[in-house]
Amino acid sequence: MMPAVEFQAVSKHYGAVAAVDRVSFTVERGTLVTLLGPSGCGKTSTLRLVAGLEQPSAGRILIGGQDVTHLSAARRDVSMVFQSYALFPHMSVLENVCYGLRAGGLGRAAAEAQAAAKLAAVGLAGYERRLPSELSGGQQQRVAVARAIVLEPQVLLFDEPLSNLDAKLRRRVRSDIRALQQGLGLTVVYVTHDQEEALAVSDRVIVMQGGGIVQDGTPRDLYERPDSRFIADFIGDANLLPVTVRRENGPSALVTIGPAVLCLPHRGLPDGAAELAVRPDAIRLRAGPPEPGELPGRVRKAAYLGSHMEYEVALDGLPGEVLVEDPVTSEPLAEGADVAAVLDPAGAVLVPG
Amino acid sequence: MRKGAGRPRLGAWLWLLAGAVSVLVLPWYGLGRGLLQASWPEAMPAVLQAAAGGRAWLLLLLLPLLAAAWAVARRQPRLLAAAGIAGVVWPVLQGFWPGAPQPALGWGALLYVLALLMLAAYGLAWQGWCRGEPFLVGAIALVCGSILVFVGYPVACVLVSAFQDDAGRLDLALFLGKLADRSIWGLDCLAGGRSCGVAWNSLAQASLVGVLSTVLGLAFALIAARTRFPFPRLLRVLSVLPVITPPFVIGLSLILLFGRSGMVSNLLRDLFDVPRTRWLYGMPGLTIAQLLAFTPISYLVLLGVLQGVSPSMEEASQTLRASRWRTFRYVTLPLIRPGLANAFLIAFIESLADFGNPMVIGGNFRVLSTSIYFAVVGAAHDQGAAAVLAIVLLGFTLSAFLLQRLWLGRRSYVTLGGKGDGGIPLPLPRALHVACLAVVLPWSLLTAVAYAIIMVGGFVQAIGTDNTPTLQHLLTAFSIQHGVQGWFLAGSGWSSLLTTLQVALLAMPVTAGLGILTAYLLNRQSFAGRGAFEFLTMMSFAIPGTVIGVSYILAFNVPPLELTGTATILVIAFVFRNMPVGIRAGLASLSQVDRSLDEASLTLGARPARTLRQVILPILRPAVATSMVYAFVRAITSVSAVIFLVSGEHNLATVYIVGRAEFGEYGIAIVYSAVLIAILVAALLAIQAAVGERRIGRRSLAAAAPRTAAA
Repeated sequence: MMPAVEFQAVSKHYGAVAAVDRVSFTVERGTLVTLLGPSGCGKTSTLRLVAGLEQPSAGRILIGGQDVTHLSAARRDVSMVFQSYALFPHMSVLENVCYGLRAGGLGRAAAEAQAAAKLAAVGLAGYERRLPSELSGGQQQRVAVARAIVLEPQVLLFDEPLSNLDAKLRRRVRSDIRALQQGLGLTVVYVTHDQEEALAVSDRVIVMQGGGIVQDGTPRDLYERPDSRFIADFIGDANLLPVTVRRENGPSALVTIGPAVLCLPHRGLPDGAAELAVRPDAIRLRAGPPEPGELPGRVRKAAYLGSHMEYEVALDGLPGEVLVEDPVTSEPLAEGADVAAVLDPAGAVLVPG
Repeated sequence: MRKGAGRPRLGAWLWLLAGAVSVLVLPWYGLGRGLLQASWPEAMPAVLQAAAGGRAWLLLLLLPLLAAAWAVARRQPRLLAAAGIAGVVWPVLQGFWPGAPQPALGWGALLYVLALLMLAAYGLAWQGWCRGEPFLVGAIALVCGSILVFVGYPVACVLVSAFQDDAGRLDLALFLGKLADRSIWGLDCLAGGRSCGVAWNSLAQASLVGVLSTVLGLAFALIAARTRFPFPRLLRVLSVLPVITPPFVIGLSLILLFGRSGMVSNLLRDLFDVPRTRWLYGMPGLTIAQLLAFTPISYLVLLGVLQGVSPSMEEASQTLRASRWRTFRYVTLPLIRPGLANAFLIAFIESLADFGNPMVIGGNFRVLSTSIYFAVVGAAHDQGAAAVLAIVLLGFTLSAFLLQRLWLGRRSYVTLGGKGDGGIPLPLPRALHVACLAVVLPWSLLTAVAYAIIMVGGFVQAIGTDNTPTLQHLLTAFSIQHGVQGWFLAGSGWSSLLTTLQVALLAMPVTAGLGILTAYLLNRQSFAGRGAFEFLTMMSFAIPGTVIGVSYILAFNVPPLELTGTATILVIAFVFRNMPVGIRAGLASLSQVDRSLDEASLTLGARPARTLRQVILPILRPAVATSMVYAFVRAITSVSAVIFLVSGEHNLATVYIVGRAEFGEYGIAIVYSAVLIAILVAALLAIQAAVGERRIGRRSLAAAAPRTAAA
């Protein structure tokens, strides 16, 4: 089947700066794909290129198999939920949702019926006559979603939809969005800078940096098999440790770090020096002198975070400090205490490049 | 693609139809004589003239039109753009072709150029310009084109005319001679001679008024923003006054108070034997008149600046143990310094451009604007000299404007962020508070008296000398009599008043529409040359009215665009003089409307025209109303540009009043001014009631806000 969105080597330059640099990807129908990256990575520009709010400097954009590269936003079969929601302040909720239908030439009665149905679908029946300013942030967000999906677009775009909501609401709204997308079989392109949010809602995540794509895969791929130290660092705050690799027969390799040796997939790395990404929760700490195979170190800082303890530990022979999360909070280690660290191979992965 | 979203060609077909109408039906020539009065054979449509009138070259006009039709039918955007541009360039070239004189162009020619401009816009949009939106390309072309024709071309005419000798040859030496003339740059007055050159007069006058009105404006602004003044309405009224007052009315009022036979002069003579003199006529009186007129503007600018200073700055200073005076001296004052410079430059430009007051009260003290006028209408009738003077004046105002934009633009200390920044402004130091009151109260009194004279003076025999109440002046100007053929408007002022209202009402929607459209393009669209475009539109605000007047005479007195003597040229002059007000009001409001609203509308399938109509305009309603009000009010109150353009048939109220005042018929002049002010107050109140926007009367509070500090 034809992909819903296809980018073919699309670039967007602002003067000499390439906000988006030869980006190619596809979005399959009925899936939710997230563009993830730090601010300024080009993810929002990419989204706006899909919407037609920006025109690419080079490359082709296809929606539903049709070349829309030079088609204006108004004529693309794409709707967008804006970060600020962009509800028209002078129109009622119903008028806002009707707006696109009326612009498309639908009669008032039919448009209002469809709009009311969609408002009911997002749980806002009875709010039709209100003005946007009379709604809470979460309700405004749902109006923006209803306004976008009432047009039944081929692709629905979300630009950081949760950033104006408080932390508690965010979790609920993101699962609502995911449920809506799966329930209606919508194709969604979603932009966020929050890696947890990206992992939670997506079928696929495209990580961007400096205008280009650095990794494109399922949430599990990104978390467990990062392609680069950037991904390992950006998704899940992994500690990057210098190690020595020696390949064995088959897919595995012996990874040596100080006195510790782990057996891990070699991921195509040659023998020699490499970097190991270790999740903060894959390092176990124990007070007292190290036993063979354990790394000696010292606690520099300790912080109580409720659900877990967070330590910064200086390991002997390694530069800087590693971040360790310890679910045991009852008997915390003291700052300055000598500790022994054990690496859990399940939370460690070799990083190519 | 969205359902039913084909490449829309209906609009292009409609413009093609308009193009066909323009060559087949409308009179090709004779704009100056109105649509229906054009005389034969010029009034014939282009095609008929080509067939019967021996102007075969007009047939060439059909070529771009036919090419465009073919291009639309076959979807050939490149050809369409080329045909459209050719169709615009061809009549222009033909109109200016040396040695091929032809009558002034008519409505047919105008519609033809417009239609082909729009067709070119379609062609460019279909090639992907402006995100493929013909509306946007067309709007940009229309705005740029009309500014070029009605601002750029006339100003260019002034420049050319200054360099030409009487035979029309370019003569640099003559220009330099005129430019360096003693009457412009002479410094005789310093050496004990009779008078200095007009350029020095103008500069000295403008600098003096700039400094004094900034000081006065600051005193008012400090009282309004930093004290609990018991009469806030007084300040509000003060801020509306210059808006509704024709500029020279203050001068009239001063003459009636302090002139040789003014009320106060008589009083002083009777009580204290002070001899009556003519001290008022000249720089002293002119300074007082301009101060009364421009202080409210400085006040509004500085009020905006003071309100932009975050109270937390002053609170921080206090917590650092600074006294009130120290806080004011070392925190507040430095923060508003760019605002002070801005207020000075605005008053400086206004004073340079002022024409009415020097005319009425200036006496023998000549400034540039009046010299330009007398060079054109006087016995000398030297348009070249007028052009040279206009260039000097334009040089001054544009330098001040550039200084304001380029130097001040980068120097604004807006300390109030977007986030709510609490705190209470510090009260003024006591001595400063007293000083401000000592300035504000007498000045308010003077303003009140000056206006009272206007409102009352027309209803007595001769104010100051014979204070018997009478309606005689009102009847002379505005009587309605019953004659043989029924009721008719017998008063001498009716004709000019009706013309004024008619022209103002015609100019109002065009000014506001073009201004808001320009603001929308500037704020929301990015296109090549946008920065230069914005700069030029704003710069047209710094062109003094007298310069516009002279330039319009030079540009539109002869074919191809012959407009002088018509009411059309008055409307056009008002539209392009007042458009920047609409642009500024629009820009100020648009910058507060998030861009995502437009984008949301676009992604919901609404095209830019619909977005503008259904989303932007409703939100901008206050700005639209403001620019309508100002377009109307300024059309009624302005005198400098139109004094060159009026004709016996189309006279305007302000010009009529200045004429009466020149002849010493102060009774009629004043009663007419009072009627104008009453009409303007009524209009302001009516629009306020209709829009329900209470702050409408406050001239350029938006412009005075630090964000757009470059008023």
